[in-house]
Amino acid sequence: MARTISYREAINEALAQEMERDASVIVMGEDNAGGASVGSPGEEDAWGGVLGVTKGLYGRFPGRVLDTPISESAFIGAAIGAATRGLRPVVELMFIDFMGVCFDQIFNQAAKFRYMFGGNALTPVVIRTMYGAGLRAAAQHSQALYPVFTHIPGLKVVTPSSPYDAKGLLIAAIRDDDPVIFCEHKALYDITGDVPEESYAIPFGEANVVREGSDVTIVAIGRMVSVALQAAEDVAGSGIEAEVIDPRTTSPLDEDTILESVEHTGRLVVVDEATPRCNLATDISALVAQKAFGALRAPIEMVSAPHTPVPFSDALEDLYVPNPQRIVNAVKAVTEWKR
Amino acid sequence: MTDDRIQRVTMPKWGLSMKTGTITGWVAAEGDEISQGDDLVEIDTDKIAGALESTWEGVLRKIVAEAGSSVPVGATIAVVAPADVSDEDVEAVVAQAREQLAAGVVEEEDAGAEVGTVEVDGRSISYATMGEGEDTIVLVHGYGGDKNSWLFVQEPLSHMHTVHALDLPGHGASSKDVGDGSLETMARAVLGFLDARGIGRAHLVGHSLGAAVVAAAAAEAPARVRSLTLVAPVGFGSDVDAEYLRGFAAATSRRQLKPLVGRLFADESLVTRQLVDDLLRYKRIDGVGAALQRLVDTLLDGDRQRIDTAARLGGVDVPTIVVWGREDRILPPTDINAAANVRVVDRAGHMVHMERPADVRHAVEAAVAAG
Amino acid sequence: MTETVAPEVAPGLDAKVLLEAYRIMRTIRGFEDRVHDEFATGEIPGFVHLYAGEEASAAGVIMHLDERDSIASTHRGHGHCIARGVDVKTMMAEIFGKRTGVCHGKGGSMHIADLSKGMLGANGIVGGGPPLICGTALAAKLKGAGGVGVAFFGDGASNQGTTLEALNLAAVWDLPAIFVAENNGYAETTSSSWSVAADNIADRAGGFGMPGVIVDGFDFFAVHEAAGEAISRARAGGGPTLIEVKLTRYYGHFEGDQQTYRGDEVARAKESLDCLKRFRAGVTDSGQLSDAQLDQVDSEVAALIEEAVVEAKAASKPTEADLLTDVYVSY
Repeated sequence: MARTISYREAINEALAQEMERDASVIVMGEDNAGGASVGSPGEEDAWGGVLGVTKGLYGRFPGRVLDTPISESAFIGAAIGAATRGLRPVVELMFIDFMGVCFDQIFNQAAKFRYMFGGNALTPVVIRTMYGAGLRAAAQHSQALYPVFTHIPGLKVVTPSSPYDAKGLLIAAIRDDDPVIFCEHKALYDITGDVPEESYAIPFGEANVVREGSDVTIVAIGRMVSVALQAAEDVAGSGIEAEVIDPRTTSPLDEDTILESVEHTGRLVVVDEATPRCNLATDISALVAQKAFGALRAPIEMVSAPHTPVPFSDALEDLYVPNPQRIVNAVKAVTEWKR
Repeated sequence: MTDDRIQRVTMPKWGLSMKTGTITGWVAAEGDEISQGDDLVEIDTDKIAGALESTWEGVLRKIVAEAGSSVPVGATIAVVAPADVSDEDVEAVVAQAREQLAAGVVEEEDAGAEVGTVEVDGRSISYATMGEGEDTIVLVHGYGGDKNSWLFVQEPLSHMHTVHALDLPGHGASSKDVGDGSLETMARAVLGFLDARGIGRAHLVGHSLGAAVVAAAAAEAPARVRSLTLVAPVGFGSDVDAEYLRGFAAATSRRQLKPLVGRLFADESLVTRQLVDDLLRYKRIDGVGAALQRLVDTLLDGDRQRIDTAARLGGVDVPTIVVWGREDRILPPTDINAAANVRVVDRAGHMVHMERPADVRHAVEAAVAAG
Repeated sequence: MTETVAPEVAPGLDAKVLLEAYRIMRTIRGFEDRVHDEFATGEIPGFVHLYAGEEASAAGVIMHLDERDSIASTHRGHGHCIARGVDVKTMMAEIFGKRTGVCHGKGGSMHIADLSKGMLGANGIVGGGPPLICGTALAAKLKGAGGVGVAFFGDGASNQGTTLEALNLAAVWDLPAIFVAENNGYAETTSSSWSVAADNIADRAGGFGMPGVIVDGFDFFAVHEAAGEAISRARAGGGPTLIEVKLTRYYGHFEGDQQTYRGDEVARAKESLDCLKRFRAGVTDSGQLSDAQLDQVDSEVAALIEEAVVEAKAASKPTEADLLTDVYVSY
């Protein structure tokens, strides 16, 4: 039976159900429980994660939720090492912005073990991390750095946009035998949606066509999916029917669904919150320009953040993140384009 | 002080999750004489499109919700009354209905469906019950389906009867474990459902595999079964689209599933994105893949049908009516023993209860009358 | 508080163990000397970093390990691999970049690994190993079968943030992890006496909440004893240890290094400190083994290495079809 729960609860449920099903799944990270378990005088499981995502797991699964000191290299590396020895750790990199202090373990070690060791390594680690702007957390706590991980062969990268997708993709990530970077947009934790009580896994590399339309294809990543849907509603008023595609995973990327859609609509807008140089918008645009050039009836439009760090002031941050109007403008640009 | 001969045509509840329907076009026009069974209006839910059949008699006096409008379930969309009811009285009702629509508030007269679960043989069986009447009808879906597939049939039948639709093990909201996946196990689930709901005797209606299941239930416990309506039934003849059965079990993506699901209908445009999406959501649930595989083994012997429903019904003396879509590509309509009452329906494929629900409903009514 | 361990001979080790120790060290020496020669011909691609001179460290530590345990190594990883029982022939093939190599030619000298033997690989990143071993030790601890993880790293890596974080984490989590700092005096051209602010790497141990030990890396028995104690303690749930092994690498940082930054320490070490010479002297003096037995090992090892090179040279390289395989389990 499906019922309405939040994105945060969906992730918590995925973790709990997989930990229940498979004793090798463990959870680690800073303040994943917090409080008494780490020597503090107050309650146990005081936080359950900085935004409460792992709350309740500590008590339910004794010995399998491990808090860590602030030593990303060490504990992300530990999760990776433990994965090579039969555990399935789900380790939290609290903010994707902190990847700088542990990136080697992720991109030089975990990502490359299988290839460098000639196929003789299994590293089933999941690194959960928060990304995204909108909470006024400023430059070092608001970035959308999934393109950097997407670039690395050997990693898989997931960007769920809804509670249903978050649960199903996290379950799939935990069951996956490769290293997975699971990117949760921090502004999505409170959104709600229908989520089945039962466990289910959404395969990677399977995009979700969230809205069908034949006039323009809008590919949007993560939180941008709902912004794109808003824009699609707006342009429907002018008689433009937009097809909105959520790739769900940036690596592997469901190229076929995107190409099929553009073959049909002839127009593409890509909405990516990440900053514009070498982001997913450039990646997807190049792919489409190369493989569906003949179908295109207008140049491709990309809507992303500007080439700046994330500003603090709400007045500026609200200009930074793509909004429906900017997407509408891009749709108009491609639908009204003439040589 | 409303004239009680004024009848409200309301947005039907087609499927448990339906909250609103979109009127895509009126078939009847204001001023037309309306009889029971006439197609009144075309409605789209997010799952499927269908025509609302009239259960009202009189003149279509006023259309309240025009084509293109989206209206909540239970809201009044038109008013039917005998010609001699005053315009004033009709207008009063219409005004009330328009206010209601504007406010977005609708009082659903009957609470809609009662949804619940019962425990049978250690499994949870989900069901939806609508209506209350002397006769009890139980609707059993087919392979890969669920109780929502009866959406166009359950509601109209519920005006006169108690109608239960259940999810077989491995399907819908029931437990996903199918045990050995045999027909006997499925039949026992149906009989167990009757026990759990305190139903002594019922008219059983089954679609596809569900038809074989209800036939097996009747063979096992004929005293419990007042009549059988077998819709596009498994087990008459050996032809079957085995590729469809296997493909459906194996498909993991929209791209794989959509063309397969298209084979179920005479009109492939009925396969909406939502329909495919809902099927994918179902198929992703832990245990469903294994359940479907077991059922494929129960259904198939190589590329032919393994089950022989005709044989099972051999000694069973229960009024039986068979309904089949002429364009059924999954189970092509075969010659059945002339003693069986077979109705072949034009412009319908395997999902005849979704494409031509009125014909299926009439068949059920006939079986109920005979049983 | 760091203690220094320096026995000459361990009377508790039987002949079988002693012979095995000699075989390991002799194989490493033979392997590395041969790779040195082969590299000079130009047939070996990329970089190699040779372990010759340091054999007592690998043998002394790794001989205590079994299938419950795991090790992580450095870019100078051939010795640890051999001590751990990785097949010498497939190692040689790997270094030559051949398809029959232990990593099918995809890793090379710097990434030589065999996870089936609990050998997490040589590592091209200085300090890459210690965090991984925190993980394998964690897995061993949760499994509860007494397994341990051993992280080998050099004096260069001893200053890397990853190493320091790993030491702290291992102590905080009370992990069965042994950190072996192989201090050969140089990180490339930079002397450890300059780059390590403390007098000894092992002096840091107390600062990280664990015992620290210094051992003479030319003395197999000293290493073996210190490692044995640390490993037993870890197996029994006593937590991590930092062992600093002081030794000398006989070759350059990598093959091709002219070593103009060094003094005469290699010549002196070969003369009077060499671990193989000392071992032979020790076990033959005490009568535990004979020269004949040891000579027998020498010739067996020589034959093995020769075979390994011949086979490696004859083997084919990976093909284009191999380029794209094994990036993922499934994609």
